[in-house]
Amino acid sequence: MLAQQLVNGVLLGATYALFALGFTLMFGVLRVINLTYGFYFSAGAFLSLALTRQLGLGIWAALPLAAIGAGIMAVGIDWLLLTRLRRRATAELDSLMVTLGGVLALYSAMTAWLGPDIRRLPPGLVSADSFVIAGVRITTAQILILGATLLLVALLLALMRGTRLGLAIRAMAEKPDAAGLMGINTARASALVSFISGCLGGAGGVLIGLNFNAIHPYMGETMMLRGFVVIIVGGLGDIRGALIAGVALGVIEVLTAGYISSGLKEAVAFAILVAVLWTRPQGLFGRAVMRRA
Amino acid sequence: MMRRTLAIALLAMPALAQSQPVMAQPIQVGAIEILSGPNAAYGVAIKGGLDLALDEINAKGILGGRKIQLTVEDSAANKDQAINAARKLIGRDKVVAIIGPTLSNEMFAVGPVTNERKIPTLGTSTTASGITEIGPYIFRTSLPESDVIPVTLKAAQARGVKTIALMYANDDAFSKSGFDVMKAAAEKAGLSILAIESFGSKDTDFSAQLTKIKSLKPDAIGLSALVEPVSGVLLQARSLGFGKETLFIGGNGSNSPKLGEIAGPAADGLIVGSPWFIGKKADNNEAFVAAYKAKYSRDPDQFAAQAYDAMKIMAGAIDRAGAAEPEKVRDALAKTDSSGVMGPFRFTEGRDPATAAGVVVLVMKAGKFAVLE
Repeated sequence: MLAQQLVNGVLLGATYALFALGFTLMFGVLRVINLTYGFYFSAGAFLSLALTRQLGLGIWAALPLAAIGAGIMAVGIDWLLLTRLRRRATAELDSLMVTLGGVLALYSAMTAWLGPDIRRLPPGLVSADSFVIAGVRITTAQILILGATLLLVALLLALMRGTRLGLAIRAMAEKPDAAGLMGINTARASALVSFISGCLGGAGGVLIGLNFNAIHPYMGETMMLRGFVVIIVGGLGDIRGALIAGVALGVIEVLTAGYISSGLKEAVAFAILVAVLWTRPQGLFGRAVMRRA
Repeated sequence: MMRRTLAIALLAMPALAQSQPVMAQPIQVGAIEILSGPNAAYGVAIKGGLDLALDEINAKGILGGRKIQLTVEDSAANKDQAINAARKLIGRDKVVAIIGPTLSNEMFAVGPVTNERKIPTLGTSTTASGITEIGPYIFRTSLPESDVIPVTLKAAQARGVKTIALMYANDDAFSKSGFDVMKAAAEKAGLSILAIESFGSKDTDFSAQLTKIKSLKPDAIGLSALVEPVSGVLLQARSLGFGKETLFIGGNGSNSPKLGEIAGPAADGLIVGSPWFIGKKADNNEAFVAAYKAKYSRDPDQFAAQAYDAMKIMAGAIDRAGAAEPEKVRDALAKTDSSGVMGPFRFTEGRDPATAAGVVVLVMKAGKFAVLE
C-alpha cells in the first residue's frame, strides 16, 4: 500500500506543480500579485472541452490550441487590468485588489455564460486503462501529467537560462527601469511572460481536467490556494522549487490522509506553509528568484 | 439576476408608496437556493420545480384569484449570503413565507433568522437531523436521511454485504449528518465498519483514502457527499482498480441524474435510497415528468420533484390560511394533508414529513438509475 500511496502523492503533487509553474512565472518575474491566473486554468479546460466535444479534435491537437488560447486571453486581460497600474508604479496591494475584482468578474461571467455544471472531457480521449506495475496502478492521464510537468519545467528552465529572451525577462524582473534603458522592450517582454504563463495555466487546466474529470468555471479558484502554498514554499519565481514543493505537498497530503487521518490532510499542508514562512520566507530552496537563475 | 431583482424592486415601489387595497396584488413568497458555484445543480433543479408548480398555481390563482410572486435569491452555497437573502426577502420583498434554502448548513444559518421574524420556512432538500428543531416556523418536506438510509442498507445486506467502509465530505452539514446517520444505521444493522475516511466537498483527489480502503477489502463503501465529489470518488475508485466485488452505497447526495452524466459507467452498480423516482408509476408523477421535460428539455430529479410538491403545499397553506399573513400560513401549513408526486403528505408534530412509505432503492445502470430488483 505504501508504494501506491507514494505514487498517488507524486501524481497529485505533479498536478500542483503543473498548476504552479505559470503562477510562479507570473508572480516571480512580473512581481505582480496576479490572481487572474486561476481563470486561465479554467479557460484552458473549457477551451479543450469545446475543441474536443464540438470540433471532435483529439487531445494532441486540443491541448496546444487550448493552451495558446488561454495564453492570448492572459495577454489581453493582463494588459487591460495591469497596464495602468504598472505605469503608475503603484503598490503591490493595488494589483491584488484589481486582479481579485477582475478574476471574480471573469468567473461569474463564465458561470453565467456556460453554467455551473461539472463537465468532463469525452471519456475516450485518452485510454482509460490503468497500468499495473509491481502492484501499483497508474492511469494514462496521470502519466501524461507527469510527463508534461517534467517537460515544461525543462523547457522553461532552458528558455529562462539559455535564450536572449530569457535574459531580457530576467533583466526586467531585476530592474524594469534599467532594462528599459538598456533597450529591452519591457512592455513586450511582460506581455510574453503573461502569454507563457497563460499557456502554462491553460495546459494545466486541460491535463488536470482530464485526470480528475471535473471541469467547472471555478476549478481554477480551488487550485489557487494550493498554488500559493507551492510557489511560496518553492520560492517566488523558482521553477525547480515549484516542482519540488508541488510534489512534496502532494506526497505529504496523501501520506497524512493514508496513515494519520484524512481530516488532517489540509491542516498539515497549511501548517507547513506557515512554518516555511516563519523560518525561510525566501522559500525552502533559498535560491528563490529566477532573477538569479 | 441583478437586473431581475432590480426590476422586482422597481415593481414593488409604487405599491409601497400608494398603499392601495391589496386584493389584486400578488402574494410575495421568497426562495433561497444555490444558483451559482459548484453546487448550483441542486438549486437550479429546485428552482425548476418551483417555477413549474407556480405556473399551475397562478393559472388558477389562490385566495380568490390572486397570484403568487416568487422571488428566488441566490445563496451561492454561502451561509452569509443565504442570511442576507433571507433578510432582504423579509425586509424588502415582505414575503409571507420562504422556501429553501438548499443545503442543511444554510438552513442552520437562515432558520434562526426567519424563525425569529416568524416567517414560515419550508426546506425542500434539507435532510440533516435537527433542522426542524430550530423553531416552530421551520418545516421541511424532505425525508430525513435517517428514514431513507436504513432501507438502502437493508437492500445491501440482502446482497451479502457484511463489512463496510464509510467516506464523507467533512465540510458540509448535509454530508456530515448523512454520514452520522449512515454510521448509526450500519451499526444498528450489524455491519462491521472497517474504515472511516473524510475529504473536502471541493476536493478532486481521493486516491489516498481509496488506496487505504482498498487494502482493507470491504464488501461495500458508503458515500455521504454531494454528487460532484461522489462522482469524483467513483471515477478514481475505478482507476485504482475497484471492481464489481465492492458495492458502492450512496447517501441522498448521490441521488441525482448528474451522477450518471459525470461519472458515466464508473457509477454503475451504485445503490441509493430515494423518496422519489422519475419512473414511479403514478398519474400525477407522469404528468409532472412530462411537463418538466416540456418546459426545461431535461429530466427532473428528486430535488425538482420535492420543490414542485413543496410549492403546491405552500400555496395550499396560504389558500387555507385565508389571508397572506405569516402567522396564519404557519398554522395552515402544519395542518397540511395533501398528495403530490412524492405520494401522500402530512407533517409530524415536529414539522417533519410523517411517512417514509414511498422510499425506493435505485441502482445505477449504464449511467441511469433503475429500480433495484
